[in-house]
Amino acid sequence: MSPSPDVRLSRGLAFRLAFCILTSATLIFTAAFAYYYQSSKAMILAGVRENAKNLLRGAVYRIEAPLSGIERIPRFLARGLARELPPAEDLERSLQDFLQTNPDVFGTAAAFEPGVFAGQSRFAPYYCRRGDAVVRVPLGYEDYYQLENWYLIPKELGRPVWSEPYFDEAGGDIVMTTFSVPIMRAEDDTTAVLGVVTADVSLDWLRRQVAKISLYHSGYAFLISRGGTYVSHPDNRLLMRESIFSLAEASSSPLLRAIGRRMIQGEEGFARLPDFILGKPAWLAFAPMPVTGWSMGVIVPEDELFADLRKLGREVAILGGAGFTVLLLVIAFIAATITRPLSRLAATAAQIARGNLDTPVPVASGSDEVGALSRSFEQMRLALRDYIADLTATTKAKERLESELKIARTIQMSFLPKKFPPFPEINAFSLHADLVPAWEVGGDLYDFFLIGPGRLLVLVGDVSGKGVPAALFMAVTKTLVKGIAEQESDPAEILTKVNRELCVDNESMLFVTMFLGILDFTTGQLTFSNAGHNPPARIAPDGTVSWLALPRGLFLGVMEDSVYRTATVTLAPGEKLVAFTDGVTEAMNPGLELFGADRLHDALAQAAALSPQALDEAVMQAVNAFAGEAEQADDITVLTLLYHHADEA
Amino acid sequence: MLRGKWRYYHVWTILAGLFALALASAACAAEPLKKAALIPQWEPQAQFAGYYVALAKGFYTREGVDLTILRGGPGQPPSRLLRQGTAQFGTFFLTTAIEERAAGLPLVNLAQFVPHSTLLLIARKADGIQAPADLDGRRVSLWGPEFRMATQAFFRRNGLRVTTVPQGFTVDLFLRGGVAACSAMRYNEYHAIINAGLDPEELTVFSMADHGLDLPEDGLYTLEETARNDPELVRGVTRASLAGWRYAFAHPDEALDIVMSHVSAAHLPTNRMHQQWMLAQIKQAMTSEADPLGTLARERYETTAQALRRVGLITAVPEYEAFHVPLP
Repeated sequence: MSPSPDVRLSRGLAFRLAFCILTSATLIFTAAFAYYYQSSKAMILAGVRENAKNLLRGAVYRIEAPLSGIERIPRFLARGLARELPPAEDLERSLQDFLQTNPDVFGTAAAFEPGVFAGQSRFAPYYCRRGDAVVRVPLGYEDYYQLENWYLIPKELGRPVWSEPYFDEAGGDIVMTTFSVPIMRAEDDTTAVLGVVTADVSLDWLRRQVAKISLYHSGYAFLISRGGTYVSHPDNRLLMRESIFSLAEASSSPLLRAIGRRMIQGEEGFARLPDFILGKPAWLAFAPMPVTGWSMGVIVPEDELFADLRKLGREVAILGGAGFTVLLLVIAFIAATITRPLSRLAATAAQIARGNLDTPVPVASGSDEVGALSRSFEQMRLALRDYIADLTATTKAKERLESELKIARTIQMSFLPKKFPPFPEINAFSLHADLVPAWEVGGDLYDFFLIGPGRLLVLVGDVSGKGVPAALFMAVTKTLVKGIAEQESDPAEILTKVNRELCVDNESMLFVTMFLGILDFTTGQLTFSNAGHNPPARIAPDGTVSWLALPRGLFLGVMEDSVYRTATVTLAPGEKLVAFTDGVTEAMNPGLELFGADRLHDALAQAAALSPQALDEAVMQAVNAFAGEAEQADDITVLTLLYHHADEA
Repeated sequence: MLRGKWRYYHVWTILAGLFALALASAACAAEPLKKAALIPQWEPQAQFAGYYVALAKGFYTREGVDLTILRGGPGQPPSRLLRQGTAQFGTFFLTTAIEERAAGLPLVNLAQFVPHSTLLLIARKADGIQAPADLDGRRVSLWGPEFRMATQAFFRRNGLRVTTVPQGFTVDLFLRGGVAACSAMRYNEYHAIINAGLDPEELTVFSMADHGLDLPEDGLYTLEETARNDPELVRGVTRASLAGWRYAFAHPDEALDIVMSHVSAAHLPTNRMHQQWMLAQIKQAMTSEADPLGTLARERYETTAQALRRVGLITAVPEYEAFHVPLP
């Protein structure tokens, strides 16, 4: 018995069950979770996008509202100057007043084209704050202010302009932007630009404002100018120096450049930033600043954006893990309840298979399949036990019978003379007989003995029926013949008497065929009689085979008054007489053909020259060869008598 | 709003002080260094990397010169500073130098560093400008007289009538659509425009060099008087400047560090990427096989001078021998 089957059963079934269910559950759970996670991510992103848009719009408004307020006075001044140029003192007082009444403004100037103001080649009074005071300071490069952006660009564009932010070193390293309004006078068809009125705004407070804007923890806001230059950024090193495009170039990031282009083109949007910006995945929301033409961006790291989702994801994963553990336990429990009775059943089955039929089958409670199987198994065990008990008894009986039958056969066979040559002192004849019993007893018999001087009685018979009765009947017959032959010497008389004896109380209605002959071996004269037996063969000394003509006679043991006759032939010296039972001619091959008289005739013809013993063996061999694999159905008996010569007696 | 002078005073007082301190110790050991000043034609940037590197690596000191590099810019034209005697050395475009000399400032060329033109006119394709003819009748911003000769020659050659608008220190006017085209140096404004978010495909770039106006640009100059009176000083400054340029091209990262230190000191709104681009472009313009570093070929000089004469910017061409002092 190889590896114990009960172990493999329980582990295999429970494992497969658990594995299949858990795998399916995992797949379903993972797919559902992934879908949920991605959907949530998209929803959160959409929410953040909306949130950021609102936050940015608010921030843009907060920062730009004061700037648009500042625009009013330079516009007002420029319009007045366009109509009429006041005396220098009045203009300068207006500028001072403007500065004093507008704390948000850092400095202001009115700069004129050469020769426009009182014929002066340059006139550009500039006032700015020094601490709490408002002072007039020289621009420092009167020769060249026409080329400064705050002057040149509004003049050339013919409209007010917020300049790109720039550092002002004199103002104390502050970033400023200048709002410049061109002074435009319409004369005839053309419009002449007389100069520019400006208002400088420190962007320091703006930077603080921007610094306050944040989304989540480490998100931050920044401003870029129309040209993409950083106007406000937590990293001061970038201010005024780097642009979003120079960063893109330094990092070879077309993505960042594309984002920068969208920003400076005044788009509002939401974009995924390249990782190098924060060193991790991040998103950027941006919105245009309509007053200045700048753009504001808010950067939010993705991990913070999705921090809640990730936390939830972790919790769901933990819950899922716990669920799986519970599921595993439940499955293990179910698998165990199913497989434990099965294992016990298997163990019992193994016991039963070893022949231990008294091992009771554990009966599983419940009406499930396992219970039904257990009950069926128990019924089977009981039926098997009864059957085996029956079988044992039957087998014993059969064995006993067979054993008795064997003993019977042995006894029967011991009746037959087995000693050859039987009469070594007599040279007048040779004699040999052979009987091969079939498995089922047929009851063939042969016998020979001397009766009186010079006379030999030979007989070959065949009892009808099978088994012990036939054997007993044969023994009786043989004994009768022997007994009667001591008083009678005529074969017909012997048969008549034997028949009469056999008929007495033959209730089983068995009968015997028999050929009985008496050879006077001094003369070669053979007297013989027949009781329903098949005719023996004569083999002349020259080898010619012929059938001995028998007188008719009914088989022995059936009719009390049957009549038997004696016939006589004289055997030539060297002639053989072969008597046999129908076991020879009725031997069948696997094709159910009979051996028949013709084949026997041929076999005898071929073996004609042989000694009696060899001839018997040759006949036996011929029959065996013919029968092949077919089972021998009847006893086979061959008896051969060779008459040598009367002188030999 | 304050630029120029205020900034100038701050920075240069500090720098001068530092140099004075640094060089005083060196001067004590050897013979006294000759003081001199060099004025580049623009604010600190990689265009003048060779001079800044020579200064930082002590090449001028090695030549016995206590050189001060003044801060250039629109308010500090080298012609004025040389005329005033504030500076002894200055850098000029060859065209400017020839015109200045024709106008009476006796400049001599000590070394020609940029033998080719890197001057461009840049326009937007979106404005329908593809060929020079498309500029006709448009507004074009040009720098001051010292830098506009080649572009004006370009207009005349192409028979264009354009409205010229003064170009300031940035290309903002162009970026805001105030002009259809603006002047640009390949090493500077071109990159500034790209870094203001315009893609190269969106631009039409007219290179003066491609339109038969490959006029040499930056060169080192002094006055005839200085060259005559102190040839040692002139040779020393020239040699050191050449060495500075060679060193800068061989060690671009170090050169950029030095340039950026000047940029930072001047609070200029530029960045390292831009200066890196500039240095690379300047190197490309300066290191051509035909023109060994620092040489001014007679042929180039004659071509440039004749071009100026033909467009009427000068009436007489100065002698090459008088204009150019051979390399030491």
